Amino acid sequence: MEINTQTLPLETAITTRLDDAIGWARESSLWPMIFGTACCAIEFMSAAASKYDISRFGAEVVRFSPRQADLLIVAGTITYKQAPILKQIYDQMSEPKWVISMGACACSGGFYDNYSTMQGIDEIIPVDLYVGGCPPRPEALLDALLSLQKDLRTHTYNPDRHKDFKGLLDDV
Amino acid sequence: MMSKFITLLPEELHASLQNKYNEGFIYLLDITAVDYSEYPQAKEEAYALVYIIRHKSFQEHILIKTYLHTLEIETVTDIFKGANWLEREVYDQYGITFLHHPNLRRILNHHQFVGHPLRKSYPITKGQLSYEVDDLIDEMNNRLLSKNVVCRLESGSFSECNKDLMFLNLGPSHPASHGTIRTYVALDGETVEAAVSEIGYLHRGFEKSCENHSYNQIVPYTDRLNYCSAISNNIAYVKTVEEMLGITLPLRAQAIRVMLLELSRIEDHVVCLAAVLVDMGGLTNYWYMYNPREDIYELLSKLTGARLTNSYMRVGGMTNDLYEGFEEDLKDVIKKVQYGVEETLSLIKHNRIFHDRTQNVGVINAQDALNASMTGPNLRASGVPFDMRKDTPYYGYENYTFDVIVGSVGDVYDRVMVRFGEIQESIKIIEQVMQNLPEGEVNIKDAAITLPHKEAVYNTIEGVMNHFKLTYEGVKVPAGEYYSSLEATNGELGFFIVSDGSGIPYKVKVKAPSFTAMSAYPDIIEGSQLADAILTLGSLNIIAGEMDR
Ligand code: SF4
Repeated sequence: MEINTQTLPLETAITTRLDDAIGWARESSLWPMIFGTACCAIEFMSAAASKYDISRFGAEVVRFSPRQADLLIVAGTITYKQAPILKQIYDQMSEPKWVISMGACACSGGFYDNYSTMQGIDEIIPVDLYVGGCPPRPEALLDALLSLQKDLRTHTYNPDRHKDFKGLLDDV
Repeated sequence: MMSKFITLLPEELHASLQNKYNEGFIYLLDITAVDYSEYPQAKEEAYALVYIIRHKSFQEHILIKTYLHTLEIETVTDIFKGANWLEREVYDQYGITFLHHPNLRRILNHHQFVGHPLRKSYPITKGQLSYEVDDLIDEMNNRLLSKNVVCRLESGSFSECNKDLMFLNLGPSHPASHGTIRTYVALDGETVEAAVSEIGYLHRGFEKSCENHSYNQIVPYTDRLNYCSAISNNIAYVKTVEEMLGITLPLRAQAIRVMLLELSRIEDHVVCLAAVLVDMGGLTNYWYMYNPREDIYELLSKLTGARLTNSYMRVGGMTNDLYEGFEEDLKDVIKKVQYGVEETLSLIKHNRIFHDRTQNVGVINAQDALNASMTGPNLRASGVPFDMRKDTPYYGYENYTFDVIVGSVGDVYDRVMVRFGEIQESIKIIEQVMQNLPEGEVNIKDAAITLPHKEAVYNTIEGVMNHFKLTYEGVKVPAGEYYSSLEATNGELGFFIVSDGSGIPYKVKVKAPSFTAMSAYPDIIEGSQLADAILTLGSLNIIAGEMDR
């Protein structure tokens, strides 16, 4: 849906499908909550700084309160000690919500195959997009963001996609 | 070369450390344990404790070892305040009890963890889930008890507070806590009445992972200790291994290492300063300070192939020489750094808000800072001119002209300004290095240490064999134990390595500057305003990867 306000005469009504309007609104008003713990968070800082400038894509209102956010970006290693906190943050976000797992550690534990590191956050919370790299370049994160926005715009995501998800920390 | 130890009986340890303290060894570097149960040569006992202390002239350090008959020993927290967390770590990782320790509990692993992961009998991949976080209430009550805000009842529990306190968790998921530090505070209005910090949220098992990787494979892990200045960790680590091997690098390699150490220092300081100014509300500075960091990234990715996690060093040298045109690129980057620093300073130097918010805030005096084993810019801000580049020079630092920047009060202002000053000094050093960069190789010529050239690998059988053996078995380091360190961006970054003669280290321990800085934090912020506590944390430049390892 393209709207060019300059060419629209005043008092014009636009007809569209409700889904399209919602998709358009969602796409351009993602509020990320950054759960940054380690080296990957430093690359997120780069993505937010002027050179890569995540605000170009309408996702710069970084909130550190999960209740105000709808996109969780997990950037960094999640240890077993950190896991209950990540789960609590995820649970506090209201639906609809999306999760980007940034970096090898968040995706799979990375090269920390040992007693203290969670082998991927998808053992405890559902993930929508995985970004590989150790750390991923800021462009990679932006790419993930753009592909999420595309899904939102075209509403190709399934709202029930995580219905059957059961993590290691659920029901205990 | 290996370190010499003073070996003592466990019963003598406390008294003898006290004597050493009186002789001037007032600065505790590290406490760690070694589990010898799988060591090829039989040792007196299965466990030993190692204490590393430094003289107040800063030019000398000694290592003290004691073999334990039972897994118990007297605490030394009454001599060195900095021993508190170090002993907790040994308790957590090895299960050695420190008698009369004020607060002996786990520190890196979560409170539901069973067992002691650095014992050789603990399987490296055996993870344990944590279902809830520690509430820290008893620790807080003990803290309040020491301040007479609560009393101990006859039943053993604690009384109600005699003040109307509010309890608040700062972190671990909090924008100002850098994601991984938790501080539990008791607030009286806006004033922090008592604070306890909990760390370990980024404990990624670095030290255990070292025990199943060969010496060169560990280099990428060291990148992720202080990830804001990866190369300086690389260098601190390979320097230790090289000294164990008894090799001296070609002059060109030494000079390049000095230049990169200083470039990392700049890289690290700009991000620390950018962050602390954001914590103060000065977002504009962030853009000015962060942009030069991007330029440094650009340069480093051209040189090493990675922006952040460079893994550029190898035992015996580095992966490759500087590329053609590096010098011009470097000059360009330095110019941009200088511009960023000037712009930022022009925004804050005469800014009333900046001065009011930072001066006499988060103060730690020289004596407390030393006793808490603080190091680097944080210690220098308190007026202690300890800088390993001057006190125990390496890689020819004695040939470069530069000043050690010190503060006078030890407040946030000093810590910020010391870093600004150090950026300038680092630029001076880099310029001197580049003016007299020696020609020659960047790797030592020793087939048992450095990988052969690719040409040899592809065309000769000896080359293939050499490459295969070095990669597969690792560089063989003679059996022994050794501690070495250098002045990294956050201060003295040391490695204590135990080798059994194979290509894989038997044990690696990092002496991490952020760890001890963090242990002093609760004391610093008690009595100050909450907003100042945030600023203080930023100014200490705690890097969780290095602190929690
Ligand atoms: S993926 Fe790599 S860069 Fe990212 S947090 Fe893990 S170790 Fe650090």
